[in-house]
Amino acid sequence: MAIPSRHKSLALLAGVLLAQVLLLALQIKRDSRGRLIRVWAVSAVTPFERGGSWGFGRLRGVWTHYFALQSTSRENEALRIENDSLKLTISQLQSKAAEADRLGSLLNFKNLNAKVPMVGARVIGASAGTASRTIEIDRGERDGIRRNQPVITPDGAVGKVIETYLDSAQVLLLTDKDGGAGAMLVESRIQSPVGGTGEPILTMKYVAGDDKVNVGERIVTSGMDKIFPRDVPVGTVTEVKQGYPFKQIQVRPAAKLDRLEEVIVLLTAEPLEFKKESEVQSVPGSDGNASTAQPAAVVKP
Amino acid sequence: MNETYELRSGETHIEVHKFFPGAILIVSAAALMLQAAFPVYLPKLDILDLPLLITIYFGLSRRNPSTGLLLGMTIGLAQDALSGPTVPLGFYGIGKTVIGYLASSIGARLDTEHPAARFALTMGFVVVHQAVLVLTRRLLLAQPEPWFNVHLAIGAAVNAVAGTLLFLLLDRLRRSS
Repeated sequence: MAIPSRHKSLALLAGVLLAQVLLLALQIKRDSRGRLIRVWAVSAVTPFERGGSWGFGRLRGVWTHYFALQSTSRENEALRIENDSLKLTISQLQSKAAEADRLGSLLNFKNLNAKVPMVGARVIGASAGTASRTIEIDRGERDGIRRNQPVITPDGAVGKVIETYLDSAQVLLLTDKDGGAGAMLVESRIQSPVGGTGEPILTMKYVAGDDKVNVGERIVTSGMDKIFPRDVPVGTVTEVKQGYPFKQIQVRPAAKLDRLEEVIVLLTAEPLEFKKESEVQSVPGSDGNASTAQPAAVVKP
Repeated sequence: MNETYELRSGETHIEVHKFFPGAILIVSAAALMLQAAFPVYLPKLDILDLPLLITIYFGLSRRNPSTGLLLGMTIGLAQDALSGPTVPLGFYGIGKTVIGYLASSIGARLDTEHPAARFALTMGFVVVHQAVLVLTRRLLLAQPEPWFNVHLAIGAAVNAVAGTLLFLLLDRLRRSS
């Protein structure tokens, strides 16, 4: 007797389902070790999956790096703009930080010499040519600035006021050919004027050939010029050449005369108190890396 | 079995389709591998059940319940094998066996070539498949599983849409009678 096709398939369905249920039951009873069929299936498919993965990765790479670049271009442009903006911001912040360091240094100096009348000034110009070394400051007669007043920074002597106007003044730097100050060597106490040569280096004149001068020796003002108070740092001996009747001594200025931004004009010649050289060198912003940004305020007593 | 012929039942004329040699095997293997790749490369497409869609399609096309349930069983067991040790062998096998049988049985009685019919049937089969899986989990594996949730509803709709489109592509693998 023939079994109808519909019943055949139903029986097959029942058999297949029963077999799978038994398979499930068998697995539930046993531990979870991998079955052989699982190993076979995975082993058979793995090469294709690996190949598929490689192909898929390549396709995705090609798509990502060669075709889907519309947003990349926009993103690149946006990042470039953002980068420029950030660079500008960093530059401004560095400038402000350097300025804060410099002003902090000035403030410390003023606090250290609270009893000495002085005026903080901002450098607003410099000599147009190389024939002279002068600077222009934004303080003048209204602020009590007068000719021949000493100009310094917390690092050391800068020069003297040579011309005053109502709201500005001109300062002759030590490095000018006509600039100079009465000075003395700290260790040997030998006194001799220090003057400019028109170059960034100063020279100490009139030190006798048989006097002993060491390279690295510090030089301070002697107060004998009636302009600078005593013991304002002038510079450091960098080279000593034997000469007759006088030695040829080169001095590196203590103040950064080629990158002045703020200075202090002393209204009297009273003695000042300076930090030790090591302390001065450790002050941030006194390392010469200060930017050219103008300060928001200056120290004024 | 590879011959094209027509089932005549009353006034309806339902054509049984045959495919290029190896088409069923290749498409099934491709579906399994893609399904295994989804969680790695395209996690958002994990909601699709390509082996189920393939089972439905070939079941509806071949219209032979025995062939349909055996194909469903094979695809389901392969999916079990590729699903890792946490899925026991037979879990998807039972579900897809049932779907293969139902799809073939319905395909032998109704014309399922229209996209609307395919959409509705696919959605129904996805729900039934999920119901079988839940039953298996609750009764045989003693694992708590919700009967229905929004994810299932969304999955049914997404699979129905994807299936309708996929079936149009798979129609090109048919050999002209």
